[in-house]
This record gives sequence, structure tokens and C-alpha cells, in this order.
Amino acid sequence: MHIRLKVWRQETQDAAGKMESYELNNVSDDMSFLEMLDMLNEQLMKQGIRPVEFDHDCREGICGQCGIMINGRPHGPLKNTTTCQLHMRTFRDGDEIYVEPFRATAFPVKCDLKVDRSPFDRIIQSGGFISTNTGQAPEANTTRISSPLVESAFDAAACIGCGACVAVCKNSSAALFTSAKITHMALLPQGKEEAQARVLNMVKQMDEEGFGHCSNTEACEAECPQEISVLHIARMNWEFNKAHALKK
Amino acid sequence: MLESKIPDGPLEDKWSNYKAHAKLVNPANRKKLEIIVVGTGLAGSSIAASLGEMGYKVKSFCFQDTPRRAHSVAAQGGVNACKNYKNDGDSVFRMFYDTIKGGDFRAREGNVYRLAECSTSLIDQAVAQGVPFGREYGGYLNNRSFGGVQVSRTFYARGQTGQQLLLGAYQALMRQVAAGTVQLFARHEMQDLVVIDGKAKGVIIRNMDTGAIERHAGHAVILATGGFGKIYFLSTLAMGCNGSAIWRAHKKGALIANPSWTQIHPTSLPQSGEYQSKLTLMSESLRNDGRIWVPKQKDDQRPPNQIPEEERDYYLERRYPAFGNLSPRDIASRAAKERIDAGYGIGPLKNAVYLDFSKAIREQGENAIRKKYGNLFRMYQKITNVNAYTEPMRISPAAHFSMGGLWVDYELMTTIPGLYALGEANFADHGANRLGANSLLQACVDGYFITPYTIANYLADEIRTPLADLNHPAFAEAEDNVKEQLRLLLAIQGKQPADFFHRALGKILYDKCGLSRSAAGLEEAITAIKDLRKDFYKDLYVPQGLGVNAELEKAGRVADYLELGELMCYDALTRNESCGAHFREEYQTPDGEALRVDKDFSFISAWEWQGADKPPLLHKEPLHFEFVTPTVRSYK
Ligand SMILES: Cc1cc2nc3c(=O)[nH]c(=O)nc-3n(C[C@H](O)[C@H](O)[C@H](O)COP(=O)(O)OP(=O)(O)OC[C@H]3O[C@@H](n4cnc5c(N)ncnc54)[C@H](O)[C@@H]3O)c2cc1C
Repeated sequence: MHIRLKVWRQETQDAAGKMESYELNNVSDDMSFLEMLDMLNEQLMKQGIRPVEFDHDCREGICGQCGIMINGRPHGPLKNTTTCQLHMRTFRDGDEIYVEPFRATAFPVKCDLKVDRSPFDRIIQSGGFISTNTGQAPEANTTRISSPLVESAFDAAACIGCGACVAVCKNSSAALFTSAKITHMALLPQGKEEAQARVLNMVKQMDEEGFGHCSNTEACEAECPQEISVLHIARMNWEFNKAHALKK
Repeated sequence: MLESKIPDGPLEDKWSNYKAHAKLVNPANRKKLEIIVVGTGLAGSSIAASLGEMGYKVKSFCFQDTPRRAHSVAAQGGVNACKNYKNDGDSVFRMFYDTIKGGDFRAREGNVYRLAECSTSLIDQAVAQGVPFGREYGGYLNNRSFGGVQVSRTFYARGQTGQQLLLGAYQALMRQVAAGTVQLFARHEMQDLVVIDGKAKGVIIRNMDTGAIERHAGHAVILATGGFGKIYFLSTLAMGCNGSAIWRAHKKGALIANPSWTQIHPTSLPQSGEYQSKLTLMSESLRNDGRIWVPKQKDDQRPPNQIPEEERDYYLERRYPAFGNLSPRDIASRAAKERIDAGYGIGPLKNAVYLDFSKAIREQGENAIRKKYGNLFRMYQKITNVNAYTEPMRISPAAHFSMGGLWVDYELMTTIPGLYALGEANFADHGANRLGANSLLQACVDGYFITPYTIANYLADEIRTPLADLNHPAFAEAEDNVKEQLRLLLAIQGKQPADFFHRALGKILYDKCGLSRSAAGLEEAITAIKDLRKDFYKDLYVPQGLGVNAELEKAGRVADYLELGELMCYDALTRNESCGAHFREEYQTPDGEALRVDKDFSFISAWEWQGADKPPLLHKEPLHFEFVTPTVRSYK
């Protein structure tokens, strides 16, 4: 295949960025999108041009490190797919593809397609855990959890923290990410004790990081590689209101 | 020189005796002690969180943009623990025995017993953290069986066990960051170890955003930097996985044990083209229901569904009737290679075998299979465009796990006092072959349950030692070396990017030091790697710039791989036997099975760095089997 690319180039966070055009020949159907970018970089280096910086690691769709806007959509045109699991067979010979970093005030660009997603870590630090120390846990089967319940908790826990939900949202809201963690823990008996403080702290942190509000457009769910449901956002709101009402 | 420090006494009492007698650090003193933890996978996150909880001051480093992405996140199948919830006869001893035997009697009894012993607490710990393990209808934990064992002792969280365990550990780590006990440094890469008066005292770190070179001091240094299987270029590992941290520590005096034992996993997706950057693993749990076969006829061009039952060779079931499709990884991988080399491979590159679910779907229904493996089937379809519910999967062996790593004693301390290695970065516990689902376990118990005790035993004597001075000449020297190496890599200005050399090295290793080896092949590989290394320093191209520069990061890692790869070949060359992941063509039984030579090779090989272009020096730690008798590992 012959592919034409328009790629966002930005040397540092403070530098001005711009789109650059590149062309690639002999792109194979079976290549992943990132392998296509590897090929581009090899070509650029041969021409003495600085290669395009992009984040990636596992290339199995699970680490959440990759993530770019492809033709205006986080992770590209396929539903529920990370960039590393997007294959060139999705495109056609001669296609022009726009490649840009995830955009959100809370995710500043570091270089080219790399952005800073550390606000997600700080949201987790504000309460996205169960306070257990090592070496004091009760026998696991003393905590019985029905299979449907654990499956629901899992559906939320499966979030990979890639940031696509933020990137697609017109308000750059982190509601899907935050609510997934809140739901995961609120559903499980282990997480109940701290549920109130958790939701209040995490929502506060989310706001402080500069993420926008959720206005229920549900684009996040549509773009989420893990199919995390917007119903978790409803659950977060409910937990939040409950916590407020019960706050002493 | 190699003092394994295995406690005396009966096997089942060794660890409790150790804990009962290890020195403690009083809580008031812990906050005076600073510990550096490199790596945030299961091993790194769990130890950093544990030490933070105990009140030590911890610095945690990883090269990804957040700790949650460490490679542990990719583990699919599950984690072992001998809870005996199924009442199928599991016990600590049985798990110990399976692991020792699975590792072809090349691991220490004391370590392996402890691994099995700690396994039950790990499940308790993970459940308490909210890890959503699979449950039975009535709410109790469920488990399944995995390659190489006959009991069900593998706990799983759908096909994302590593992810969920890692998130548990990551969240525990984040809790400590919030509590102020752990300081987090993401996108920071360790470049060198600082040794003062023979003890590990700090690290040199490169900030991958700014390129700044930083000095960090600690009373102890823990490397939990994962495996180096990516040395083969094509592997199931994440792209960033590397051997640099342990290699640089090796050059500072830490011995590396058994480096040539790399597990080749039998159920990866086959390579489909030249451009490929990695091979995706299909979880081994698929072997519970999938049957592996190739056509009986060479070069059979028919699509799999048109090949009738009697023209299929279910070679694992044929050769190993007792374990069949669940044979251990080394056996299953080699059997696949044997069929592929003999001309029965399938797929466009004839480099694969079939993994077929049609029988399971007929017997259990498609829904049952979807429930168990749905996400794996979806992933398979995404990558290959093939629907595995209607057509068998194509799988192939791929480099997967390093059994070798830094040599450590029972306390997980390396030969440099104060330097510890945890998880896949150390060599302990797995012998010559790792059983499925034992690695997540090892990484976790090293961090949650073992090192918190053993490190205290060391730190108790360091309470009065002030933190090393960052102006000490050892820091300056290490920093200068790091800067010099970066300068050198940038100055070559040749024609080929780092990946070019990495691919070439991977091919040499896969062909000559992969699934099977021969003395002649290994000699050739050593020469070829030396030549490749020369070319690398003549013809490498790295784009300029000390800030964000992924190519510079890669180049540093490949430089280390080019040295480590040679050591792997030396290691394989000295072992005149076949065992586990190491199959020397000269040592096989008439029917092609591995021929182990216990009388001469019942030892751990620990290698000492002698300087560039000098052959490494071999030290041997003899293995003693007091509680089991090494037997021929037959899965027939
Ligand atoms: C696809 C796949 C599936 C698997 N499935 C299973 C399974 O089902 N069950 C099982 O038991 N095992 C499985 N394994 C093996 C298991 O996942 C690993 O052995 C285990 O997770 C290793 O954990 P770790 O903590 O030692 O290292 P890792 O998780 O690899 O963590 C390494 C850490 O070190 C950091 N690091 C490395 N070098 C540096 C440096 N120089 N400076 C700073 N930081 C550095 C990285 O950033 C990372 O944080 C699987 C492996 C693969 C590849």
C-alpha cells in the first residue's frame, strides 16, 4: 500500500508544533499502525530527519501506553481497539492519515505524539486503592463474592488508563477513567469501608488536575478500547451524592 | 564465594526459622533508611509499596510513563497457589515438587519450597486489595489447571491476571506515594549502579524527558527490572523490556546466573512478515481446551477444516499421552519446532502449528468457550483477521521468559552486598524451565513477603551508616561513564538504526542459542556477535539530541544486549547436557528427548564479568537435593 501521512511534530512542550507530510510505500496489510510508524521512522532516519516520538510498550493492547489521534479519533477508526492493535488492513491504498497527539489541557504534549498522563496517577493516589497493608490479609475465601458481582467489578477494573476517554471528550473530562476505579472498588465488599472518602477525594483531584466536566455525550464509551461503560459515571455520581449526603 | 545462605533444618521449617531469627529494624529507625527500587512491575511495585508501608523511605523508578504499564500488565493466564480449594490433592509439597521437576532439577530446594509456601498468602493479599479473581457461582474462588501440572492451582482474572495483579500492586504503591513514603520517578531509566566500599549505594538515572543525568543514593538498591527475553528481538515481551539494569550491575561486580535459559513459549502467534516488531502471546490456558496438531502429510495445502480427523497428527497427545496438550512449555515448544523443521509446519511461512477448538466447541458449546477465552479469541481475530471459533488458530514458539538473571542468595541479595534482585531479574526458583503461572507468583512473593524480611536483616546493620554522599568519587565516576557512553553512541553517526543490530542479534541467537543448540553453532554465534558488536560501534545511527530520544534509549539497550548475548552463548556452550529450555543437539535420547547429565551439571552457573573482550569467568554453585531425588522428567 501507499500511505500519505500528516504527522504532528513538536520538539518540546514549549515549542510551537506543526503538521508535516510524509509518504510511505510498501506498507503491508498485516502491519500494525505502530509498525507502520516504525517504518516511517526508519525512512526518516535514512534522510537525516528526527524520527517521530510516540509512546508504546506492550503492543498487545493491554499496557495502555500507546494512544494517538488518528484521523481525529483516539486510537483510530476501529471500535474498542488500541493503536497497537490497529492494523493497516483497515486503511486503503493511497489513504491520507492524520496523526496527532491526544489533546487535553491536563495532558500536555512532551514531544511529537507523546503526552503527559501523570494526572491519572495522581487521581489514583487520591483514593483509588483499598487500604490493605502487606501481611495481614484474611483467608481469601472468607470474602465471598458472587460471580456476577465480581464480573461487574471486573468490567470496571479492566480500564487500561490510556486516556482515550479524555482525548475524545469535548470537555476533556476524566469521568470515565475515574468512575471505573470508583465502581470497581465500590462494588466489592473489600472496598466498601472507604467508599465515601474515596469518591469525594478522587472527584476533587480530578477537578484540580484540570479535566473538564462530564456532559453525557458518551463519546468516551464509544472510543474506549476496553468497552468501559458510561454507567460507571452514573454510579460515580450516585456514590458522590450519597457520600455528600452522609458526610458528617 | 557463592554462599547460598539456605537455612538449615527441615524443608518446611527453613523459611519460618529464617524469619524468626532475621534481624529487625525498629520502626523509628526505618525512616532514616532510604531504599532505591528500580522497576514497577509486580516485583518492584510490591516491594516499594511494602517497604513504604513499613516506614522506610523509598524511591521508585520505571521507564514507562506510569508504573501501571510495567510488563507484568501483559500476563494473561494466571497465578499459581496451592490452596487446594478443589480438594484434588494439592499441597505445598506437591507444588514444590512440580516446580522443581518442571525446572528439570536445576533450582534450589529451599527457594522453591518457599515459593510454594508463600503462594497461599498471595491470593489472600490480592483479594484483600480488590483483585477480581474468577469466582464460582457460590462466591468462592475458582481455579484451573495450567501446563505441566495435574491439579487445578491456577487463579485467574479472566485473561488479564497480570493486569489485575499489577493494578493491585500499583494502587498499593500509589497509596504510599500519597502517604509520602514513596517518591515516584516515572520515565526515568537507570543507567548505572554506584558501588562504594563493595556495597551498593546508589544509582545513576537518566531523565527520559529532559535527558538530565541524576545521582540518587540509597542504603540499599533493589533491581526489579524484569526479563531480557527481548534480546531475541521477536519475543512476547513488551518493546521496552531490556537487560540493561542487570547488565550494568553485572559490570559492577554482580554475577549473572544461567543466562542461556530462556523459555520459548509454545503458544505465540507466528511471525507473518519482515517488518514485525513483536510476537503476541496467546495465553497458555487455551491449551486446556485447544488441541494442537499438524497435517500428517507434508506441505498439505488444504485449509485446516478440510483435513479429516485421521489425517491430522495430534503430536503432543501422541508423544506425551499423560499430559498431552498440557505438556510443559519446553516440551511443547520443542515438539512444535521438531514438526516444523520436519516440513509439517502450516501457514504462509510454514512456521506454525494449529491450535484447534472444534472438539471443545462441539462438546461444551460455543458460549462456554466464549466465556472462558472470549477476549483472547477477539484479540486473535484483530491481529490475524481469522475467526478462531470456526477455524483453528495458528501458533508458533516464541522467546518469552528469562529463567536466568542476577545470581542471588536465599535472601535475594546479589553478590554485591546491599544490591537485591527480584522477580524475573533474578535467576532463582524456576531452574531450567518455568512452569506456567509461577512467574507472577514469584514476582509478587519476592516483593510482598520475602524481601521485606531479608532486607531488614541487612539494613539492621546500616542504621548508623549515613546515606552515601552524592559527591563521592564513585558517583562522579559512574556519572562520567554514563555520559561518555551516551556521547559515544551519538558520535558514531553511521547508517543503521539500533533496531537493525537488534534484529541481527536476535536472529543469531534464535538460530544458534534458541530452541536447540550445538557446540559448533554456539562457537559460530560467539564470533558472529563479536563481529556484529564491532559493526554496531562503527555503523550505528542515533539522531542527535539529549532530550526525548527513543532511539538513544534503544541504542543503549542494544549495546548491552550485544554483550549479554555473547554471555548467553558461553553459558550454553559449557553445559554439555540438555535440560529444560536448554537443548543441546549432542545430548538427546534415541527418541529425541532431552538427556540431562546430573552427575556433571547439577549446579548453577554464575558468571563474572572480566572486562570487555575477555571471556567471562564461570563460578559454580552446586545444587544439593536432600528432599527429592532428581528423576528423568518424563511426561509420557
Ligand atoms: C505476554 C506474557 C504473558 C505472560 N503470562 C504469564 C502468566 O499468565 N502467568 C505468569 O505467572 N507469568 C506470565 N508471564 C511472565 C510474567 O508476566 C513476568 O515474568 C513478570 O510479570 C515479571 O515481573 P517483574 O516485576 O519481574 O518485571 P516487569 O513487570 O517486566 O517489570 C520491570 C520493570 O522494570 C522497569 N525497568 C526495567 N529496566 C529499567 C531501567 N533500566 N530503569 C528503570 N526502570 C527499568 C520497567 O519500567 C518495569 O517497571 C507472561 C509474560 C508475558 C511476556
